[in-house]
Amino acid sequence: MAGLLHLHSTLLPSASALRRRAGAPAPSSSRRCFRVEAKIREIFMPALSSTMTEGKIVSWTAAEGDRLSKGDPVVVVESDKADMDVETFHDGFLAAVLVPAGESAPVGSAIALLAESEEEIPAAQSKAASFSSGASSSPPAQETAAPEASAPPPPPPPPAPVAISAPAPPSPATQGGVRVVASPYAKKLAKDLGVDLFSVTGSGPGGRIVAKDVEAALAAPKKAAPVTAARPDVPLGSTVPFTTMQGAVSKNMVESLAVPTFRVGYTITTDALDQLYKKIKSKGVTMTALLAKATAMALVQHPVVNSSCRDGKSFTYSSSINIAVAVAIDGGLITPVLQDADKVDIYSLSRKWKELVDKARAKQLQPHEYNSEGRKWCFGYSVVNLKMKGTFTLSNLGMFGVDRFDAILPPGTGAIMAVGASEPTVVGTKDGRIGIKNQMQVNVTADHRVIYGADLAAFLQTLSKIIEDPKDLTF
Amino acid sequence: MQSTAAVSVSASAITSGSGARSEAARRPGGLRVCGLRREALACSSLRISQAPARLAVARAAAAAATNGAVAGSGGFDYDLVIIGAGVGGHGAALHAVEEGLKTAIIEGDVVGGTCVNRGCVPSKALLAVSGRMRELHDEHHMKSMGLQVSSTGYDRQAVADHANNLASKIRSNLTNSMKSLGVDILTGVGTIVGKQRVRYGKVGFPDKEITARNIIIATGSTPFVPKGIEIDGKTVFTSDHALKLESVPDWIAIVGSGYIGLEFSDVYTALGSEVTFVEALDQLMPGFDPEIAKLAQRVLINPRKIDYHTGVFASKITPAKDGKPVLIELIDAKTKEHKETLEVDAALIATGRAPFTKGLGLENINVVTQRGFVPVDERMRVMDADGNVVPNLFCIGDANGKLMLAHAASAQGISVVEQISGRDHILNHLSIPAACFTHPEISMVGLTEPQAREKADKEGFEISVVKTSFKANTKALAENEGDGIAKLIYRPDTGEILGVHILGLHAADLIHEASNAIALGTRLQDIKFAVHAHPTLSEVLDELFKAAKLQPREERGSKPSQPPQPLLKALSFITALLSSSIRDRQR
Repeated sequence: MAGLLHLHSTLLPSASALRRRAGAPAPSSSRRCFRVEAKIREIFMPALSSTMTEGKIVSWTAAEGDRLSKGDPVVVVESDKADMDVETFHDGFLAAVLVPAGESAPVGSAIALLAESEEEIPAAQSKAASFSSGASSSPPAQETAAPEASAPPPPPPPPAPVAISAPAPPSPATQGGVRVVASPYAKKLAKDLGVDLFSVTGSGPGGRIVAKDVEAALAAPKKAAPVTAARPDVPLGSTVPFTTMQGAVSKNMVESLAVPTFRVGYTITTDALDQLYKKIKSKGVTMTALLAKATAMALVQHPVVNSSCRDGKSFTYSSSINIAVAVAIDGGLITPVLQDADKVDIYSLSRKWKELVDKARAKQLQPHEYNSEGRKWCFGYSVVNLKMKGTFTLSNLGMFGVDRFDAILPPGTGAIMAVGASEPTVVGTKDGRIGIKNQMQVNVTADHRVIYGADLAAFLQTLSKIIEDPKDLTF
Repeated sequence: MQSTAAVSVSASAITSGSGARSEAARRPGGLRVCGLRREALACSSLRISQAPARLAVARAAAAAATNGAVAGSGGFDYDLVIIGAGVGGHGAALHAVEEGLKTAIIEGDVVGGTCVNRGCVPSKALLAVSGRMRELHDEHHMKSMGLQVSSTGYDRQAVADHANNLASKIRSNLTNSMKSLGVDILTGVGTIVGKQRVRYGKVGFPDKEITARNIIIATGSTPFVPKGIEIDGKTVFTSDHALKLESVPDWIAIVGSGYIGLEFSDVYTALGSEVTFVEALDQLMPGFDPEIAKLAQRVLINPRKIDYHTGVFASKITPAKDGKPVLIELIDAKTKEHKETLEVDAALIATGRAPFTKGLGLENINVVTQRGFVPVDERMRVMDADGNVVPNLFCIGDANGKLMLAHAASAQGISVVEQISGRDHILNHLSIPAACFTHPEISMVGLTEPQAREKADKEGFEISVVKTSFKANTKALAENEGDGIAKLIYRPDTGEILGVHILGLHAADLIHEASNAIALGTRLQDIKFAVHAHPTLSEVLDELFKAAKLQPREERGSKPSQPPQPLLKALSFITALLSSSIRDRQR
């Protein structure tokens, strides 16, 4: 009570007299007002019992970026005796979690950083990055943020580790439409050991991945980086079982035989397209993006080519135009999908494409990158399962000099277009002369239950018009 | 006069009862049933005053000789006929004989019902094996106690035989106990053909007819199999088949994460299977107190070879054939969209149980079942289609769906026998404990924390919660089994225990101190002085009782409406004196 009285009375002129009477506490409390340097505080692993030497973080009740008031629960800690809610002793923002849920830390070590204001979160995060042990839990990218800058807009809070370490979400048995059949323990092991289930060959019943496959995959020498595929490295004279991905491809190839397909080819002059490409290449536009864009624009006018037959009895018209593009990767094939290719502008489309292919090649895809909001894109195999996102598939082998080829229709879609190389070709022009034009051959495979010859012909005519006069591609 | 009162009570009981029934059916662990606490309490205090009279009656009955000597009065063949010789029927029969009633029990299958033959009993045999396997497999655990085990393994057939032998043993115990008391065991399927008349015999040919002053329906339940699921008994099966343990699949999906599913996951993972749970609700173990469920997930799910899908229905399950695995189609529980297809070696359907009430002849007495359950009031009296009590007809156990537990059925049966012996009795369902025999076990009695909070909000009182950890218990630490918590939900103003939830070593045995306290109306301010032997696991509850903080005014103030149990207080004091002096002497 006396202390409380005293705090109030320091504001009065007669404070000095009172202070003398109150004694020691006064200087310390008045000094605290000026101590501003300690803006980023560490939250320590508390000692919850006399015998406790280390504690395990059960869960973070606050997420990074959350505003906390003194006394708010921040973290649940499991000690040798019980689980306890640990509260913060100060107001502020939880800036960085240094020890994610599920991990242990010795008593007294920092487990999180608390910033006093929102502006200091970046500074706290850069400080977090310097904690060598806990650095992995907070993105080092934030280091560049200038803490001294005058009122910089606070960066979006990094993904809270809480979300990841909350009671293990069931690992998807399907990833982007490709079924990876792995037993519960195999999935757990793969997660713990950081093994990508896509790279594991299953030896269980029906090619299922079991725990020992994951262990074997970990023990096996690491494959060379997928980008530097130098010489095909195959054990000659032996039988190598399919990987999960290859098994899925095989299964879907066989399934595709049930669809009555036919093919229509077309030769398209690409001089104008090539010129456009040269012009905007420097802006990061790729030929694949241009072709996807052109195809999408043609599909707008021919919705039937964007349809599919699911049940043998009806047309399923897709509400959006999602172009799946086949990309060869080490040991298989993937088809990232460009969503709404007719609506997204060519520059964004190209950026998206590049980013996703790079990731796909490096097999770095995280579930959220192909699952979130169904917006971004989808990781799948053209020949595997496109019922979710791709509505039309492009396969381009032009870069190898292939002039024409023929594609197998992925089950669940209506049509796939095989694109050959664009090459200088001697052509007769309408005015009776002979000239050289760059031409490429495209060949569309379609499901004749829904798409008829005339549909394809009309679609290809539209496509060729767009490509031969590509000004609309750039809006 | 009496009958009019009964009608008005029962009319309200129907509406509240049907909600409780569906709730209980969906969530076997949920205990929010028939919350007529105040009446039950009043009733129990009433009984205390009646106790001497009751003793006299019992003595007279015993003197009159064993069952059957005095034929059912009023020209009835029997005083009581029970249809169904499960645990509920058995409990009722034993108590009826004790009360001097001439009793018969009709059973169309085997004595013992689900619990003994296809439920609690054989599953406990399997879980005993599971517990031993877990201990032997836990090298770290063994090593820390200084034990070395070279290698462990099991013989599936021998394990299966152990379960089967246990079931037969308990079955014959049950049969003998009834025979020796003189209960007539009539073989066949019982059908009610009219007021106080039952016909029994082979299915479809009930050729023998008997009359009974009172009839109890105790026909129990069978596993519930949702539509779209094809059971072949080999790769897709229910608990009925699983308990025979004809195979131990490498990978088994368990549809439903209630206590049946949870217990089987314990058995299967101990025997080397990997398990995938499929749960329609967003949380695993939906019937449990959320905090207990959370910890159970950390102790019983996450460290084991188990994964799970929540918020999904298994819309279609196809048994394995032609070299193809079991296929389970999962759809989103809300949007009904296809999510994925699981390929597993086997699937156990543990989605709850459905009442077995077909062929009972209920139509002959104008009774309409509700989703198969026989409608009853809080005295287990069967209600007809118009909401009136059907005189002399009762239904207990899973068939009424109030609380689908073997011991609840038995308690309901005893309650009915009390009533027909002339003493009104209402069973307080909130005092019935429930247990899940995983390793470690889970047990509970009364309300969960959310239920208690809801009730507190509605009725305008405060609740408090105290918790303790098994890590703080000496005996648990000696056993190296410190995983677990116990949790007490109570009213700080009156000291009333609202719920107790335990996860930890021998939790199923520990719960009874709490359930007895609830049943007897013992308050925390009294029970906290009861002494527990040291060191025992019981001290976990002692810890809870002592940690509970009560509002001092209320504690000291007089409580004229609910007087504390003076007898128990005196008894606990004597026990306290005794045990402390014993301990002193030992020292």
